[in-house]
Amino acid sequence: MVRFDGEIILNHINLSIKDKEFVTLLGPSGCGKTTTLRIIGGFLHPDEGRVFFCGEDITGKPPHLRPVNTVFQRYALFPHLNVYENIAFGLKIKKLDKEEIENRVMQMLEIVNLSGFEKRRVTQLSGGQQQRVAIARAMVNRPKVLLLDEPLGALDLKLRKEMQIELKDMQQSLETTFIYVTHDQEEALTMSDVVVVMNEGEILQEGKPTDIYNEPQNAFVADFIGESNIVNGIMHRDYCVEFAGKLHECEDKNFRPMQPVDVVIRPEDIRFAAPENAVLSGVVETVVFKGVHYEITVSAANLHWIIQSTRSANVGDEIGLRFGPGDIHIMKKMFEGTKTVVKGRVTAENTVEFLGISFKREALGIPAGTEVTVSIEPDSVELVSADRADMVVYLESLIYKGAYNEVILYTEESEIMAHTQLDEEVGTDVGIKFDFDKIDVKRN
Amino acid sequence: MIGLRNKTKLTSAPYIVWMAAFIIVPLAMIIFFAFTREDGTPTIDNIIGIGRWLRVFWNSFCLAFLSTAICLVIAYPMAYALSRSKVKKQRTLLVLITLPMWMSFLLKTYALMTLLEDTGIINNLLRMIGLGPYHMINTSGAVVFGMVYDFLPFMILPLYTVMIKIDHSLLEAADDLGANNRKTLMKIVLPLSLPGIISGITMVFVPSVSSFVISRFLGGSKIELIGDLIEYNFIQKHNPHIGSALSLILMIVILILMGIMNTFDDEEIGEMLI
Repeated sequence: MVRFDGEIILNHINLSIKDKEFVTLLGPSGCGKTTTLRIIGGFLHPDEGRVFFCGEDITGKPPHLRPVNTVFQRYALFPHLNVYENIAFGLKIKKLDKEEIENRVMQMLEIVNLSGFEKRRVTQLSGGQQQRVAIARAMVNRPKVLLLDEPLGALDLKLRKEMQIELKDMQQSLETTFIYVTHDQEEALTMSDVVVVMNEGEILQEGKPTDIYNEPQNAFVADFIGESNIVNGIMHRDYCVEFAGKLHECEDKNFRPMQPVDVVIRPEDIRFAAPENAVLSGVVETVVFKGVHYEITVSAANLHWIIQSTRSANVGDEIGLRFGPGDIHIMKKMFEGTKTVVKGRVTAENTVEFLGISFKREALGIPAGTEVTVSIEPDSVELVSADRADMVVYLESLIYKGAYNEVILYTEESEIMAHTQLDEEVGTDVGIKFDFDKIDVKRN
Repeated sequence: MIGLRNKTKLTSAPYIVWMAAFIIVPLAMIIFFAFTREDGTPTIDNIIGIGRWLRVFWNSFCLAFLSTAICLVIAYPMAYALSRSKVKKQRTLLVLITLPMWMSFLLKTYALMTLLEDTGIINNLLRMIGLGPYHMINTSGAVVFGMVYDFLPFMILPLYTVMIKIDHSLLEAADDLGANNRKTLMKIVLPLSLPGIISGITMVFVPSVSSFVISRFLGGSKIELIGDLIEYNFIQKHNPHIGSALSLILMIVILILMGIMNTFDDEEIGEMLI
């Protein structure tokens, strides 16, 4: 566990990494992935918990005594040294003999395609070249584990794609364990043997790229990895789920009867169908050509569905949609229940207090001093600017549910669920305003 | 573009006038006086005659070197610690460091005099614990102490300015590549702070070598430095010719020394850090 200024940055991170694996820590900014990497590198010391390397506890060891090397986010090349001296830095510290150093540096320069650049100043290199020097400088020490902190973040798209392939090749030919940090899901899926999805300082899911993509564990992972249609559903019984106003056959089981769930269908798994074979029918709203496929939004059963298809359609067309039981992924909700339920108190006649705010309710009929239960429907919470807000809360997650964004908000005491049409940035503070008339107050 | 250029010219006009009036003209006068006799005829006797004060030159440079070196040794770790501390702490410490610069230089030197006297505060305190008295005033030690005391902030500030620009990730990278603290200091921090070291040395050495107040107050009549000599010739003997010759030679020697110093400065690093 790691705290910073009293705030918990990492919590219960339990990660074991096998030799020669390419492991990627994936998550949005602020999810704790870089912090995790810095703990492995030795630049940060966890408040609780240990770091083991081949069975040896290295938690207290400084970076220069650890068998790992790091490629820093912005390379951190030494500006006063040239390319050769930068790469040779670690070997010179280890006092290897000159010939050995030269051999290894030259070999490394060849691997990263920078032969002939040894006398260049690092400040004269392009971003991609600096990046390769940074990799060479770390790899030349033959570390057991190489840590890479968003090393391709500063490069343009084309160069990034090239470097992804080069990095993967390098990892395989040098047989080194790579621990890679990125917020780019495509990068993670392309390069990794194992992807670790993180959010809010916790590991949400860990597995092979195909597993993460095909079997996301919750709506956050589904939303973060690739595009998804995520809608609310109710699990009637094993293999039977209700959503979009119908019962559907699915392949999931072991839920409580009538348990609210998130239903995920990938856009490429939805196909067009003739009206008689269609599971849903709707109207085409937008069509965007994406190169390999068309991205089509269809309004069906009062929800918006994203479909990727090689076939085009015309806006306004009535079309049928089809998907099979295997295309439907059922996930437990991150937020239990369909509305927010918190404890409250009647503080004076017709006045109810909850989460530190209070409101008046005519003819409440509950005497002052009584403990009550306050239920808030997601529709009666509105996201507003801070100056109009009843309270300021932390926006924990935002997922588009086909017709609205479902947001989960953190207060110090409780989580609040709300539905909104606004697209606020996750991980920021937002203001909320309650529609007090719609709030339900019950005696305990 | 042309409008802009005219504007820059206009805004720099006050400085150009200032520079002409108080730098160029006096410099020309010094050169003129240095190469003329009292009757205005040209000569190089003034310059040649300076040979008799070789000892004074030597003394001045030795004391200035010594005080610059002491300043560097004290300021370097201080500036480093300062640059790596928290922003709030940095601000407080910076104010404390620059605080002495807000006070009159003359006043501080007077204060030092009363501290260092044979019956001064330091000796009185020492006597209370059964030590001393030590003779401190009117020694070259006192002069060096005075110089360090007066000029230390001028060493810390340029060092600090350069050091805060050294990216923390460079130190982490060195650590990551196997360098312990000492090696990181020698191989990364020291070379990258070289521009700061050089401007710090310049800012301490130049005023030290030409100072005359410090040596007069703290060195008595015993310690004679070039500054004193120049002042004596101008003010006491009303001989601007010898005074100018001394000033000119001093200036040339300083310029040569600074020129040598600057060859150690790596332009690339300077650019990187600016």
